[in-house]
Amino acid sequence: MNRNRLQDIIPRLVLSPSVALIVVFVYAFIVYTFYLSMTDSRMLPSYGFVGFDNYEKLWALRHWWRALSNLAIFGSLYIVICSVLGLFLAILLDQKIRGEGFLRPIYLYPMALSFIVTGTAWKWFLDPGIGLENTMHQWGWTGFEFAWIKDRNLAIYTVVIAAVWQSSGFVMAMFLAGLRGVDGEIIKAAQMDGASNVTIYRRIIIPMMRPVFLSAFVVLAHLAIKSYDLVVALTGGGPGQATELPATFMYSYTFTRNQMGIGASSAIIMLVMIFSIIIPYLYSELRPGRQR
Amino acid sequence: MSAKPIPVGAVSAGNKMLRVLLYAVLILFALYYLLPLYVMTVNSVKPLAEIRQGDMLSLPSVLTFEPWAKAWSSAQIGVQPTGLKPYFFNSVLMVVPAVAISTILGALNGYILTKWRFRGDDVIFGLILLSCFIPFQIALIPAARILGTLGIAGTTTGLVMIHVVYGLGFTTLFFRNYYAAFPTELVRAAQIDGAGFFQIFRRILLPSSAPIIVVTVIWQFTNIWNDFLFGVSFGDFDSQPMTVALNNLVSSSGGVKEYNVHFAGAILAALPTLIVYVVSGRYFVRGLMAGAVKG
Repeated sequence: MNRNRLQDIIPRLVLSPSVALIVVFVYAFIVYTFYLSMTDSRMLPSYGFVGFDNYEKLWALRHWWRALSNLAIFGSLYIVICSVLGLFLAILLDQKIRGEGFLRPIYLYPMALSFIVTGTAWKWFLDPGIGLENTMHQWGWTGFEFAWIKDRNLAIYTVVIAAVWQSSGFVMAMFLAGLRGVDGEIIKAAQMDGASNVTIYRRIIIPMMRPVFLSAFVVLAHLAIKSYDLVVALTGGGPGQATELPATFMYSYTFTRNQMGIGASSAIIMLVMIFSIIIPYLYSELRPGRQR
Repeated sequence: MSAKPIPVGAVSAGNKMLRVLLYAVLILFALYYLLPLYVMTVNSVKPLAEIRQGDMLSLPSVLTFEPWAKAWSSAQIGVQPTGLKPYFFNSVLMVVPAVAISTILGALNGYILTKWRFRGDDVIFGLILLSCFIPFQIALIPAARILGTLGIAGTTTGLVMIHVVYGLGFTTLFFRNYYAAFPTELVRAAQIDGAGFFQIFRRILLPSSAPIIVVTVIWQFTNIWNDFLFGVSFGDFDSQPMTVALNNLVSSSGGVKEYNVHFAGAILAALPTLIVYVVSGRYFVRGLMAGAVKG
């Protein structure tokens, strides 16, 4: 009996350090940051309560709006292009391709790289003076122009280019796993009914990929909102503030501009954005009955 | 040319065209994904002068490994001309314990959450899982304070601790999903035979955990090696990881931009994860699928 009691306690005892760490480093930190966002903290945390002043200031900042509109452009293009490209490549690879085992890792390896490496490579590739533009000039196409990375209105699209390069292979792998899970019988039946391949994909297979679309959306959306390293390495947020995202905004307001209160409030907004996507998703995935 | 009837393969000739097109598109995309790696590699062994005037796709006419040597041991990083070497070892010293600890904790958590269930365990799992998704910006200010209070600010120990904490969500998720499929009857039978908590884990679950351990280790290794935000926020010279050093190398404003050295450095920073990926990428993908698609 005593032994059983002990056996009951041990699991909880072993679990408790992890739970304690998570409670402190995640949930208490959220509370603390939220509290800081209501204070007059500047270079260091200070505890003069100012209510929602920082949020008011934040939403009055052109810089913050720029970061948000950049996130909207970057996030939507990143998610859409990665999903479309990923699905497209997965469908192509699923046609009993010889050499699939050779091609798949080539599509996938970028995700093993850090965003800093990706940013370094693409920064140079996109630099008109030394990269693609210069190479085209060397090859004799002197009218070729590709200087998006220097252009305030277009620089954000270069972030999309690099991020899609890094993540689309991963989305491809997700869709490929989904396609491989499709029941062959259904397809056979459709073929018997005389459906063309295009129809089979459009009407049957792609609609069956709904859960993969959802997973891909969740993964990509939260990556987009968290995006930080890539922008730092690729453009440094510039030219001007042209590629500033909420994550880089938060960092610069908190640590270089000494506006910790505003930085904290921007972090809280980021958290709200992510949780409003993630929590409904996790809830629907973990609902009893859908549990695996 | 001849009166021969068009073969039955009219359709199949069209099909053949389609196959050719299919392969062409697939190869085109392979080139797209390989291009940056090719460009980096080729230009990391060219002298600077050749990069400046030549095109980026051409093979080097003069082959030099000078940039690699320089990136590794003498390039200016921040204020000191140390090369990336010390930072490489900073990364290693940070990654190894962080991966080991977070994997062990994740395994135990997954074991408890599936085989020793108790009231409210799904709430605890939910809380742990949610931690995978928080924007780390939320943690930067308080984490800096806590590390300072504990006296481990700017140290490798501090970074290890941070990476363990923010990796727990993933490691717990991986092991929980894996152990959920493991027959609970075996655990119950062992319990009746009088085996204890750790005995059951060591003798029954651990021996069949190799696949998920591989997945978790690769996932954690890749993420922690590639981390930049925590490294730049909480590291100093003795603890800054490779990614931070690479960024300092590339974005240092003074003097001539030595692109070839930058590329050699970028490849050096990418090499460990690339090697891990090449050696065991199959498991990596399979594990990601298990974690990401099936949630």
